[in-house]
Amino acid sequence: MMLNEDSILAVPVSAHDHIQGNLHAVVTLVEYGDFQCPACGGAYPLVKQIQHRYAGNLRFVFRHFPLSQAHPYAQLAAELAEAAAVEGRFWAMHDWLYENQAAWAPRGAAGLESGVRALGLDEVAIAAKLRSPDIDARIRGDFMGGVRSGANGTPSFYVNGYLYQGDFDALVHGIGRVIARQA
Amino acid sequence: MSLLAAGTAAPEFTLHSTPDQSVALKEFRSRNVILAFYPADWSPVCSDQLALYNELLDEFARLNAQLLAISVDGVWSHAALARDRRYHFPLLSDFEPKGRVARAYGAYDEQHGLAQRALFVIDGDGVIRWSCLSPMGVNPGAAGIVNALEALPANNIQKALPAVAGQEVS
Repeated sequence: MMLNEDSILAVPVSAHDHIQGNLHAVVTLVEYGDFQCPACGGAYPLVKQIQHRYAGNLRFVFRHFPLSQAHPYAQLAAELAEAAAVEGRFWAMHDWLYENQAAWAPRGAAGLESGVRALGLDEVAIAAKLRSPDIDARIRGDFMGGVRSGANGTPSFYVNGYLYQGDFDALVHGIGRVIARQA
Repeated sequence: MSLLAAGTAAPEFTLHSTPDQSVALKEFRSRNVILAFYPADWSPVCSDQLALYNELLDEFARLNAQLLAISVDGVWSHAALARDRRYHFPLLSDFEPKGRVARAYGAYDEQHGLAQRALFVIDGDGVIRWSCLSPMGVNPGAAGIVNALEALPANNIQKALPAVAGQEVS
């Protein structure tokens, strides 16, 4: 697998992170992602496939890396996911944002409101949480942690702490090999 | 000629950033400068690299640094790229004589007639404090720049302060 041993995850995975899967898994896959980034949208089904295939052997972590100038609604989408997280719905919103990216992204903030309704979240409560300093600090913290880890664009994937540099299509096989070696 | 290394005085230059404006390195004395040479406007890797730096301008400012990006493209190409990608930093045109500044920094690819993908951190005295050459197709990210800026003595002093006074009043 094409791992860059010079680019190491600078911020270890902790309880502060959004984590799916087995906490004691052989492989930890960390994604630095941007909800409006088309390449991240393209990688989303591959991540789902990897999670499905390796189930108990994989822990998946998502961290925010919004490129706000390139993607004008990426920051708002990240804030929305964090506001949903306060209600325990981070992953539901993460999935909705990627599965419906092509529909909401051209509509901007109005498009994102569809996500709030689709998840049945309280629009007033969500609006109150958006732009909170805590949420802003968390997103910025994720972003700078990614910068310090050598993340160079979106999505950036780290496999057991090392930056993955190959084709996203090949990631599934690379992870399979890591699991096979450690089994 | 190989890439200029840390400890070398940064060669002076004045280059156009727009058809009627130019930028000289010496304007930034007493501030730090990040020089990002890149091969070409519009190519995908460069754009990702510069898009990332575009998100870090506040962070660079906190570290008392100005970002200047340089390629051999002309000013009109730079202007169109900056507008399209919403870049908020100068793109300098090393166009005539072509690649003169890139050559002075040891960052010119003679074979292809392009600037190489080279990064320099220059301190407030005009001395190169860090440099890095990446393969053409590899986006180097920003970790090296941030580490180099934070290692500068002036920035170390700032970091050593207990807290920003304004944050203590609440």
